[in-house]
Amino acid sequence: MPFNQEEIESLLPLPSATFHILMALADEDRHGYAVIQDIASRTDGKLQMSAGTLYRSIQRMQEQGLIIETRERPAPEEDDERRRYYRITAFGLAVAKAEAGRLTQMVKLARARGIAPERT
Amino acid sequence: MRLYKALLHLYPSSFRKEYEEELVHIFRERRMQMHNPVSIAGLWLSGFVDVVLNAAGAHWEILRQDLRYTTRTLLRAPVFTLTAIIVTGLGIGASTAAFSVTDRVLVRPLPFPNSDRLVQLWQRNPEFARFELSPPNFYDWRRLSTSFEALSAYTQAAWNFIGEGNPQRLEGTVVTPAFFKTLDVQPLLGRTFTEQDGIEGGAGTVVLSYEMWQSVFGGRSDVLSKTIHLDNSSYAVIGVMPMDFFFPARGGQLWKPLVLGDPPKDARDNYNLNGIGKLKPGVTIENARAEMTVIAGRLAREYPKENDKVTARVDPLDARLPDQTRMLLWASLGASFCVLLIACTNLANLLLAKAMARRKELTVRFAIGAGRERLIRQLLTESVLLAVVGGFTGILIATAVLPVLSAIITTKLPLSEPTVLDGRVLVFTGLVTFATGLVFGILPAWRACSGVNMDGLREGSRSGIGGRRERLRSILVIAEISLSIVLLVTAGLLTRALWRVQSIDPGFRPDSVLAIQISLPAYPYRYGLVSTRTAFYSEILSKVRALPGVSNAALISSLPMMPGGGIWPVAATGADTKGDIKTVGMRVVTLAYFDTMGIPIHSGRDFSESDTVDSPPVAVVSESFARQYWPNQDPLGRKFHFTLSNFPFAEQDRVVVGVVGDVRFRGLERRSEPQVYLSDKQLPDRMLMFYAPRELVIRTQVDSVALIPPIRQIIQGADPELPISAVRPMRDVVNVQTTPRSTQIALVTTFAILSLVLAGVGVHGLLSFTVGQRLPEFGLRIALGAQSREILSMILREGIVLASAGALCGLLLSYYAANAMRALLAGVSPIDPVTLGGSVIAVLGMSLSGSLLPAIRAIRTDPTKAMRMD
Repeated sequence: MPFNQEEIESLLPLPSATFHILMALADEDRHGYAVIQDIASRTDGKLQMSAGTLYRSIQRMQEQGLIIETRERPAPEEDDERRRYYRITAFGLAVAKAEAGRLTQMVKLARARGIAPERT
Repeated sequence: MRLYKALLHLYPSSFRKEYEEELVHIFRERRMQMHNPVSIAGLWLSGFVDVVLNAAGAHWEILRQDLRYTTRTLLRAPVFTLTAIIVTGLGIGASTAAFSVTDRVLVRPLPFPNSDRLVQLWQRNPEFARFELSPPNFYDWRRLSTSFEALSAYTQAAWNFIGEGNPQRLEGTVVTPAFFKTLDVQPLLGRTFTEQDGIEGGAGTVVLSYEMWQSVFGGRSDVLSKTIHLDNSSYAVIGVMPMDFFFPARGGQLWKPLVLGDPPKDARDNYNLNGIGKLKPGVTIENARAEMTVIAGRLAREYPKENDKVTARVDPLDARLPDQTRMLLWASLGASFCVLLIACTNLANLLLAKAMARRKELTVRFAIGAGRERLIRQLLTESVLLAVVGGFTGILIATAVLPVLSAIITTKLPLSEPTVLDGRVLVFTGLVTFATGLVFGILPAWRACSGVNMDGLREGSRSGIGGRRERLRSILVIAEISLSIVLLVTAGLLTRALWRVQSIDPGFRPDSVLAIQISLPAYPYRYGLVSTRTAFYSEILSKVRALPGVSNAALISSLPMMPGGGIWPVAATGADTKGDIKTVGMRVVTLAYFDTMGIPIHSGRDFSESDTVDSPPVAVVSESFARQYWPNQDPLGRKFHFTLSNFPFAEQDRVVVGVVGDVRFRGLERRSEPQVYLSDKQLPDRMLMFYAPRELVIRTQVDSVALIPPIRQIIQGADPELPISAVRPMRDVVNVQTTPRSTQIALVTTFAILSLVLAGVGVHGLLSFTVGQRLPEFGLRIALGAQSREILSMILREGIVLASAGALCGLLLSYYAANAMRALLAGVSPIDPVTLGGSVIAVLGMSLSGSLLPAIRAIRTDPTKAMRMD
């Protein structure tokens, strides 16, 4: 589904917490604690997102339409019924891609100036 | 977990309700993974920081949203917004201005270290509650007392200063060397006085005020090597005081050491010193009073002639403000709070009306998930935002009115001008602003949201009509009316009191009299000789009298109603002097003074050319003097003398040659002693220079201002070195008496009119709202044949009921207010029927005019349209 480019641009650059949450939800629906754990494992434990930051981001991201709370539950053995699960929206995915593109562009610029390592 | 849950209350409740379980879950999961106490403590610490930071962030986000939303809605209703801001601004401005003056003068301690230990010392006797000290008494008090860390005396003085340019009259203070030590103040430059400076024959020294340092020496640092000339003597400048040091009063230019003498040579009944002292730490003012009473008693026994019945009085230094001024300030502050309350009530009413009109919108927001708390918060943001903008407007208003308000306080205080932009005042304004926004916003917000539910969305439901809510608004309007009655009554009573004071006969005719002060120097021998003075006076008086438009002119030692003059003890010759010593106001005059001032001569004669040093001493006395000594007898030819010891001039018998009307020389509202006038030509040479006439009074038939330049020329022609220090119409001298009153009345009247208009706006707002709600009902009534007259009287009746209820409460309140300020009323009754009646009529009239527009709208209702609304 094509999205209004202006709408996407208006959200960039994304706060890093938002970008991380989008990435955590990119492959599967997760509940809050799972998002935190995913981020920690992808960053080798360097980024320990706090619960407050997570849920304030989640609240805002829901308002912006980047994610939704999902009623579909995962496979019963993985399901923690008391938890609320979040899913990335198509718009969220588009915004995440735009942000990734923006970051790539930045790295390219840095390389051209010799302040970032060449691709190996 | 309970502690963590409690901590979560820092979040906005909407956020907490949504995510509480998730947050607790994450915290619990993490907690379960921790086993050693250090990491558990770390978890708690990070959890705490996380909640605090994110809660602040969440609140800020909501506030931003609310502010954006509020600004939009307010800009969409500019009339409402502007009204609310102006109303709040007036209230906050009035109270801020009144607070800054009251705070500066009444609340804040004097700007000296340990000012609670500073006291003022007076003498008192059965006749006068307080009067100045004589140098020997001060000397003995200082010698004998042990309660004080330091005790010093001062007296105000003035000198002719010839610097660069025209001769100038400088006012300053002569002080004992311990003066600065008593107040514990340090100079900005150089030093203050030491005991050496106060020794007779010592090198003359002066300490300059900051202002004089700036104006005369341009703030140059080499001022300490300079010498200045005052009345032909030179003085070395040894110090400069800081910019904010004003003692005993604003406007003093310099301080000069007082040479008291050891012991003093002055007479023990020559009262001319003000005493100040600093209590030793731990000594209470009661201790000091007890000690001083003992010392004064001892001196009264030692010097029965001069000190009979004289005792000591010790007051805190900050009590120097007259009670009347104190009360004027409190009354102004009270009045300003009334205006603030009325303004706030109006704001609450405006907000309530607006919130009620928005109930449908609120209901929709409630239906789509906004919590009630969130709605209240939104409405509160609106009221606080209005109050904050109103607060800024208020600061502007206060800055503008403060100079006017400052006129209530005399400059005779050691304080700088009050200012609005000062930390304490700004804190006060900030608190008032937020309190206004919160307290007066929460009620309407709560009321508007308390009934919000899904029913509100049903077809045909009317946006928020309910008896309870109208009752609340009615109560608010009644409160406004009551308060405006209080202000109207206060303003009315004070105005009547002012009229009463203004109608007091000062004893002379001040209109068309111009007073010019010539600064005869205290010492040069030229003017110490009566013959020189007489020649000088004759020259200027004859020339001034010859000016076109001048009907007469004369000189006197000091003007009525101005500080200075002299109070002398007196006794009728031959009468028993053992009784109470009577005192009189003593003035020295030239010929034609009584005629010039319009003081009636009841019997006998004015002084004449033949009353000289070589003829028997004569005096003109006031009626009350004659009555006191020779009741029911002819006073002419009777003799009296002054009972000043060791002073041959005073002890001479004086023959009464004339009796004149009494003059209120101490002021319109103060009791004055009887008066005795002496002729300047009968003063001894080189003595009593203080009493040499220097106030030139001129009765004119034309505009007196036009006469000032030629009179100035005449005086300069007679002696180019004599400065003219003050020129003022006598009418001004009398009016100054009532300036604090007039200022306060102008203020309270402004407040009262403001409150009346605000109350009218309140009535109008309430009735417009109810009429709007009841349009269908009126439509129905009209359709059923109701006459316009009936509907009109129905609405007006509502207005009258509100006004009457408010007036009744207001009258009760104003009775208490008027009683509290009885001392200001100059004898006007607190239940003065004219004032009370007038105030009630004003309020009824204003309420009726407030009801008129809504009533007209009601009778113009188109029945078909109105009934379709329902």
